[in-house]
Amino acid sequence: MGHQDFFLPLNKLQTLVDRVSAAGYQCYGPHIRDAAIVFAAFSSVEQWPVGVVDFQGPGEYRLESETSGRYFYWANGPQGLKPLTFFPEQDLWQSTRTADATVDFHAETGSPQKMAVFGVRSCDLAALALLDRHFLSESPADPYYRDGRERLLLIAVNCARSAATCFCHSTGDGPFAESGFDLCLTELEAGFLIVAGSDRGTELIDALRLRLAHKHELKQKREQFQIASRQQRKLDPVQVRFDLAQSIQSDAWQEIARDCLSCGNCTSVCPTCFCFSEMDRPALGGENSMRTRIWDSCFSHGHSYIHGVTIREETAPRYRQWLTHKFSTWVNQYGRSGCVGCGRCITWCPAGIDVIESIRQVSANTHE
Amino acid sequence: MSRLSLAVHKFSSCDGCQLALLNAGKDFLELTRLMEIRHFAEAGILDNNAEVDIAIVEGSISTEADLPRIQAIRKHSKWLLTVGACATSGGLQALRNMHDSGQWMIDIYATPGSIDSLETATPISAHVPVDFEIWGCPITTEALLEALKSLMAGVSPIEHSDKLCIECKRRQQVCVMVTGARPCMGAVTRSGCGAICPRVGRACYGCYGPAENPNTASLANRFKGFGLMDDEITRRFWFINSAADGFRQEGETWDKK
Ligand code: SF4
Ligand code: SF4
Repeated sequence: MGHQDFFLPLNKLQTLVDRVSAAGYQCYGPHIRDAAIVFAAFSSVEQWPVGVVDFQGPGEYRLESETSGRYFYWANGPQGLKPLTFFPEQDLWQSTRTADATVDFHAETGSPQKMAVFGVRSCDLAALALLDRHFLSESPADPYYRDGRERLLLIAVNCARSAATCFCHSTGDGPFAESGFDLCLTELEAGFLIVAGSDRGTELIDALRLRLAHKHELKQKREQFQIASRQQRKLDPVQVRFDLAQSIQSDAWQEIARDCLSCGNCTSVCPTCFCFSEMDRPALGGENSMRTRIWDSCFSHGHSYIHGVTIREETAPRYRQWLTHKFSTWVNQYGRSGCVGCGRCITWCPAGIDVIESIRQVSANTHE
Repeated sequence: MSRLSLAVHKFSSCDGCQLALLNAGKDFLELTRLMEIRHFAEAGILDNNAEVDIAIVEGSISTEADLPRIQAIRKHSKWLLTVGACATSGGLQALRNMHDSGQWMIDIYATPGSIDSLETATPISAHVPVDFEIWGCPITTEALLEALKSLMAGVSPIEHSDKLCIECKRRQQVCVMVTGARPCMGAVTRSGCGAICPRVGRACYGCYGPAENPNTASLANRFKGFGLMDDEITRRFWFINSAADGFRQEGETWDKK
């Protein structure tokens, strides 16, 4: 594999896309929908937005044009890879009444279309590794997640710029991708540097017959890393973990709950949140029934409903559950924090609650 | 599974919610096989006083004559289900509860004397015990069939009181509040509509009524930050479900400012 950077001239970008398509992948890339960057199917790189920059802040997301003419000057959109592997709605199994008064069960299977995603960021890859850990590391692995996951070919892009909400450098998850990709691009003024992270990636690079990157190009890459890292906000994940572990009685939870809408937007956009609920959808005559799982959230009423009682009726304990799990007890569970610093929960909170500020508020209160 | 009997009753409403049954198409035909429909005027089946297992009630109580009628329906049915904003919260017409409805009548109608109505429009639950409520203006066919399926299976219908945001994000809709500073009611409104408004880029106007644990004050403050005038904020909360707990009080707060 050898993490060696090659130079991909602009005019070979489409060749790369064509080769990936020819290998049976449906290509997904950046696309502007509803005033945000989302991943959508494409066939030509000319469909990608050019010279678009995102301005993000608590409860605010705005796209504007800029003049660099780059494809990847934006930082991120409302979703990472989560909806592509852990589907918002997934049929699990069906039960059917049979003529001899028994019930047949059969699993809903089917391999989703092979998909190549262009423009994945380092935080997205770190989040994917966490989801893998959750859904695949224990036996039996989750077959639905696995099917969504194994079909992916990931073409990452190193961030040239951070949004005002980003803090992946603090969590150790960016702004450059180190692993978890098949290919990784760094966009320079006159083309891309490209490096392989898997055998599939190496094959693609070999087939393109590229030259090795020059020294000055590698220097540009390093500078880009410095710039994108410097632009970020800071958070000390270790300190946060301990502060939150002692914060159960903090008054700050009630203060935050005055603003929090308990709407679950933060957990829906968070690339590592994996809670779901299940439901039955019987046919009208009851001859069969589908069991389906759907994204849920620790901000919902049903999330803490256990044996006739909802434990977290109010917003304060729900917010506390979200924050302490993500940043503290997650470490006990999975060996690292559940936050990859993508900043989405800050941007997409309709109440404009800033998770870093919340942590400060809770920590300050804990230290008093 | 025993064959349950059903009646569909109407009070002050637009008839849009009972259409959820007729609009079920093939499923409606299937339903006539599974249940015995004893009263459903919109489908031409008439027996106002039929004894039934399930009474579906649409519309709010807004005339003198409604009062004894809803009592009789309650007496004749085992389970009473309200459908839609009118029956469940009083609906759009409950706006008159907060105003001089007599004066409105004079201002609007040529012969107000010919109109016989109460001063207020109230939900069914203000008059008789209600077993289950389906919110929405209008409700969906799926929600109604789901409730009927549950009752046929002998279990309580599922209450869908989550916030619309959760459903909106499940459908991968981009938040219109965050991208466009639009005054979306989704964060305090029940799910169930499929996020139709946000999906066409519009702000939710709360027609499904208050979700569980709604933080209306915080949302209203956010609207204020977007530049809405106080009376515009009141109208966001009062539009369809002005008499619903939570929406009523938040509307009042900004009405008084
Ligand atoms: S907690 Fe917030 S910043 Fe961290 S990964 Fe989730 S959405 Fe991103
Ligand atoms: S923190 Fe923001 S996004 Fe999360 S539940 Fe509260 S209001 Fe909604």
